[in-house]
Amino acid sequence: MTRRGDTVFKSLATSAAVLILVALAGVAIFLTLEGMPALKAEPDVLGGKGNIILYVWPLVYGTLLAAALAIIMAAPLSIGLALVISHYAPRKLAKPIGYLVDLLAAVPSVVYGLWGIEFLGPRLGRAYAWLAENLGFLPFFEGPASGSGRTILTASIVLAVMALPIITAICREIFSQTPTLHQEAALALGATRWEMIRLTVFPYSRSGMISAIMLGLGRALGETMAVAMVLSATGVVTINLISSVNPSTIAANIALGFPEASGIKVNVLIFSGLVLFVITFIVNFLGRLIAARGLVKEGR
Amino acid sequence: MSTTQDKVAPTSIGDIPLTRPQLPSWAPALVAAISVAVAALPVVFLGWGLVAMVLLAVVLFVIALPAWSSSVEGSRKGKDRLAAALVWSGFGLAMVPLATLMWQVISNGVPVLSAEFFTYSMRNVVGEGGGIYHAIVGTVIVTAFAAIISVPIGVMAAVYLIEYGAGNRIARIVTFLVDVMTGIPSIVAGLFAYALFVLFFGPGVRMGIGGSVALSVLMIPIVVRSTEEMLKLVPGDLREAAYALGVPKWRTITKVVLPTAMSGIVTGVTLAVARVAGETAPLLIIAGDTDSVNFNAFSERMATLPVYIYYSYMQPGVPPEFGQERAWGAALTLIAIVMALNILARLISRSFAPKTGR
Repeated sequence: MTRRGDTVFKSLATSAAVLILVALAGVAIFLTLEGMPALKAEPDVLGGKGNIILYVWPLVYGTLLAAALAIIMAAPLSIGLALVISHYAPRKLAKPIGYLVDLLAAVPSVVYGLWGIEFLGPRLGRAYAWLAENLGFLPFFEGPASGSGRTILTASIVLAVMALPIITAICREIFSQTPTLHQEAALALGATRWEMIRLTVFPYSRSGMISAIMLGLGRALGETMAVAMVLSATGVVTINLISSVNPSTIAANIALGFPEASGIKVNVLIFSGLVLFVITFIVNFLGRLIAARGLVKEGR
Repeated sequence: MSTTQDKVAPTSIGDIPLTRPQLPSWAPALVAAISVAVAALPVVFLGWGLVAMVLLAVVLFVIALPAWSSSVEGSRKGKDRLAAALVWSGFGLAMVPLATLMWQVISNGVPVLSAEFFTYSMRNVVGEGGGIYHAIVGTVIVTAFAAIISVPIGVMAAVYLIEYGAGNRIARIVTFLVDVMTGIPSIVAGLFAYALFVLFFGPGVRMGIGGSVALSVLMIPIVVRSTEEMLKLVPGDLREAAYALGVPKWRTITKVVLPTAMSGIVTGVTLAVARVAGETAPLLIIAGDTDSVNFNAFSERMATLPVYIYYSYMQPGVPPEFGQERAWGAALTLIAIVMALNILARLISRSFAPKTGR
């Protein structure tokens, strides 16, 4: 027997689910629609660059560089933090520590931007001067050091702080799912706590850790305001991390340029947004795929 | 081969030690004290700063304790101590941004707060004075519309995934893509809303509702995920009991399943609101900024707190002090709102938690 109420409710639920798919497709379609005119953009709206590819490439480079640096810093720290919460802290302390890390996630990105300019930048500026003086032979620290500290390295540190709670949250979830029997067996064989973690926790959660890092990378790639505020960008391609001449990122470039843009410049910025969307989509897609594979393999 | 024989052969049972030497329980404290004392020397004699001293002390501790432990307790125990020391100092390092950020926002923000700050807009304000009334109004309106759009869609989609889809092809694809969607950069959501609204209203469109659409793109996946988790927790017995009484499926869902999961859903929605209330980039793109109060989300630009913070700090006007002061005040207000929503969510989940025996 079919009831009319059931049919209506089921189709409502189904259409809500399908609407999500449509929205995701819509993001891709509308960005493509509005981005395509940028292919015919003239050099005068492209900041002197010959075509749209030459315009977007340095931004892609800056985006990847900043995000990669951020993840190099955030990943080991987050795994350590997750271990503190899941294995090291006494049970009573673990929950408050978890809250503290969650607080980092609750701070709006624009406030991180303020913090980066006012607190982090000037202090790191002095460290950069030291780096340029003593480690200047390395291409990363070639200098001349930026006095205000508003460099790509500072931006990556802010990004690392923002990616930290995301990676930590996922890692600690997986770490605490490690079967207790495995852990107790390792301890019973005389393993120290660290050996127990290396032998049981890490192998069990390898795919989860990788996917957590991928998701953190996705966040770092797409983060806008903190970079737009902290970074003093000139749009060059360089591996010098501490000078006042820095590559910009796609997201920051859009945020800085969009409010005053008009005409074809808008399409150019939307095109770069499409590129960012594709990059983050691929990263997130891979991250989720690895997580899903891991779930199947571990039989969870 | 011969070495092991040399070692084992002459020992009688009583000579084999059953315990290894261990560091006393006060060893870490002693090493910490010595590290701090040694790190204080360059502060006294070379004039180093406090930060350098703390860093040096941590490095000394992380090297010294495992080294001592290795020599007394063996290398395995030494590695264990090293890992523990590294993990805990990593935790300390991660708390530095949180502590300094909070301290800075509070110390810069509190002096700015006043009755005028909360009740005046920035209309015709040059230099001192003015407030964030217009931005608070904008944030409330934009976020409220975002919730009105996202909550029904998100909850219904989760109902489909758990109650109807249950593992079929569409449900699996939707679940996977919702996960992927949580990673959409906020600025891309803003560009999407702009590209959508341009079709209807022409180039250069700015309106509050556009911001709500952009925020819903970010909010829907969070609502779906949390609702899904909560619906999974509802015991199957409850549904079967309802079916056995002849209740139609849709009545079971609306009268049994959803009420049981309600506190969890409300918690999830509150957390989602807290997450999008602080979003800046999409609102910068599509809602724009203005100095006046605008109650109508469907026309003209609408100021919101995050965008207000951005502009008053980055383009403070002349002289810059007043704009930057207001930015800190607004930042404190925004953090307070977001934190209050987070605490509210925890209170809801704690006091109305479903009794599922967990």
